[in-house]
Amino acid sequence: MQGVLRYLSRNRSLLVGIGLLGLLALFLIIGHFTVDLTKVRPLSARPLQEPSWRYPFGTDRQGRDLLAVMVAGTPLTLRIGFIAGVLGVGIGTVLAFVGAYYRGITDTIIRGIADIGLTVPGLLVLIIIAVSIKGSLTVNQMAMVVASLAWLYPTRTIRAQVLSLRERGYVEIARMSGVSGPGIIFTELMPNMLPYLAATLVNAVSAAILASIGLEVLGLGPMESPTLGMTLYWVNFNAAMINGWWWWWTAPTVVIITVFLGLFFLTVGLDELANPRLRRSN
Amino acid sequence: MQALHIAKRCGVFVLIVWLAATLNFFLPKLSGQDPVRSKLLQQASLGGYVQSGIEDMIKVYDQRFGLDKPLWRQYVTYLENTAKLDFNYSIANYPRTVNEMIAESVPWTVALLGLTTLFSFALGTFLGALLAWPRAPAWMAWLMPPLWALHAIPFFLLGLILTYVLAFQFALLPIFGGYSPGVTPTLTWGFVSDLVSHATLPALSIILVSTGGWALGMRGMMVTTMGEDYVNFAEAKGLKSRTVFLRYCVRNAILPQVTALALALGQVLSGAVLVEVIFGYPGIGTLLFQAIRENDHFLIQGIVFLVIVALGLATLVLDICYPLMDPRISHRRN
Repeated sequence: MQGVLRYLSRNRSLLVGIGLLGLLALFLIIGHFTVDLTKVRPLSARPLQEPSWRYPFGTDRQGRDLLAVMVAGTPLTLRIGFIAGVLGVGIGTVLAFVGAYYRGITDTIIRGIADIGLTVPGLLVLIIIAVSIKGSLTVNQMAMVVASLAWLYPTRTIRAQVLSLRERGYVEIARMSGVSGPGIIFTELMPNMLPYLAATLVNAVSAAILASIGLEVLGLGPMESPTLGMTLYWVNFNAAMINGWWWWWTAPTVVIITVFLGLFFLTVGLDELANPRLRRSN
Repeated sequence: MQALHIAKRCGVFVLIVWLAATLNFFLPKLSGQDPVRSKLLQQASLGGYVQSGIEDMIKVYDQRFGLDKPLWRQYVTYLENTAKLDFNYSIANYPRTVNEMIAESVPWTVALLGLTTLFSFALGTFLGALLAWPRAPAWMAWLMPPLWALHAIPFFLLGLILTYVLAFQFALLPIFGGYSPGVTPTLTWGFVSDLVSHATLPALSIILVSTGGWALGMRGMMVTTMGEDYVNFAEAKGLKSRTVFLRYCVRNAILPQVTALALALGQVLSGAVLVEVIFGYPGIGTLLFQAIRENDHFLIQGIVFLVIVALGLATLVLDICYPLMDPRISHRRN
């Protein structure tokens, strides 16, 4: 425990990241028990109230209590990001290990697809997918849509990492001692990749949240769900900026920025953990 | 072997174009939606009464758009049209063609995105190089945390905040649009300054966010490069600090940055689409937003396809030009 604390005091980024996300979690947990979540429905509060004691974050034009929207909507957005991120890194890890360890034609194909896919603007492809299955998208479907491209980047970066690891001496020795391919992957390569995979996962979650918010702001999200991105869509839809309803976009903006900053510092911190060469000596 | 490499890269480009076209064609078909039917039904319901003969109208339109032919025939026709860059009529704004509408908004996006990307790339690379340089002024160190923090924020969110502060509270800049309403576009000083003042906020939000990313990347590369033996040697030789910085460190550290630029274009564009929507800037992003709102499939597909092709071309050009920057790579096998 003391060792962990000492490490955290050296790795400031990790500390800041955990701190920001912890604050957000605290807000969500306390909110979950104290806020009346039925107020996320339209017409449940007086519309367009400035922040007051009764409505700390104000209310929007359709009569939602924005505090309740934040408490109910933030977990939905995080869920989209988490599902898509885990799927993306999961698929990416499998493809990367298969490609980089066995090489050959499989590797060429996997690398080719990832490389080509990455040069294409992801949001636009997601738009085409989301438009095609419009109707009413649920939060989980939204996660699937985002996940459909979320594996490209992890595949590429993890593959590069495995390529350098597989030439190390201890892998060589394991191979010569007759350990099978999967055996080497799971007992030699995987454990050494874990911190790196964790950093990649956080990164992927962050990218997935960004993509989902992007789709939602464009009006392609789950219309009935009070996610952060949909809140911003309604902000834009009702031209809240020009009308001076500042509280309407302040709440989602602050929450989104906290999420992104928290995840960003967490990645930087985990990177340092994964890559000791980055560690400062003091 | 130079020719072979270029041929290979062009092959990849053609592959991207074909994939984009195929995706565009089959994804909407898979969903089982019928754009003609939904548009007609929507219009009928707007009219407020049940219209008879809708089925006949659908049949006529299907014939008109060639939707009654077998799927493979439609696919071939689609590929042919795509190759001719003909994306048919806009469904929501008939009889305007998709090409007309795109042509109107492309200059806006190219100008905004081209300038901001080049500017933030140059500024970020320069800042990043200085941040890693031990002899840089001490106050530079203070730039790091804000650059990092900004880098993690999406373009359009920063845009919202900037709009509120600069355009709404202090009314320094216009909030919305590409130029003031009621002004006719002419090449006069007044109109140009109007254009610039409208573009400032969207440009600022893109530049502030992406500069940090380039600075971070460049700083990382600089730290690695500065540990190289040839840099030590150059310093030991007593070369001027400036020469070591520019000709030895920056010259080598900038190469991966250019590769990263090719990869980042897609992301920058995705972000810029949303910036345009937030600011109502009359570029591709706003057009796409309208198309999504109006369920205008042909327009959406045309935009997505053209953007993918344009970015593919940009990546291709960057890739082919890369040996000019890095003479070690001449695409020759030894």
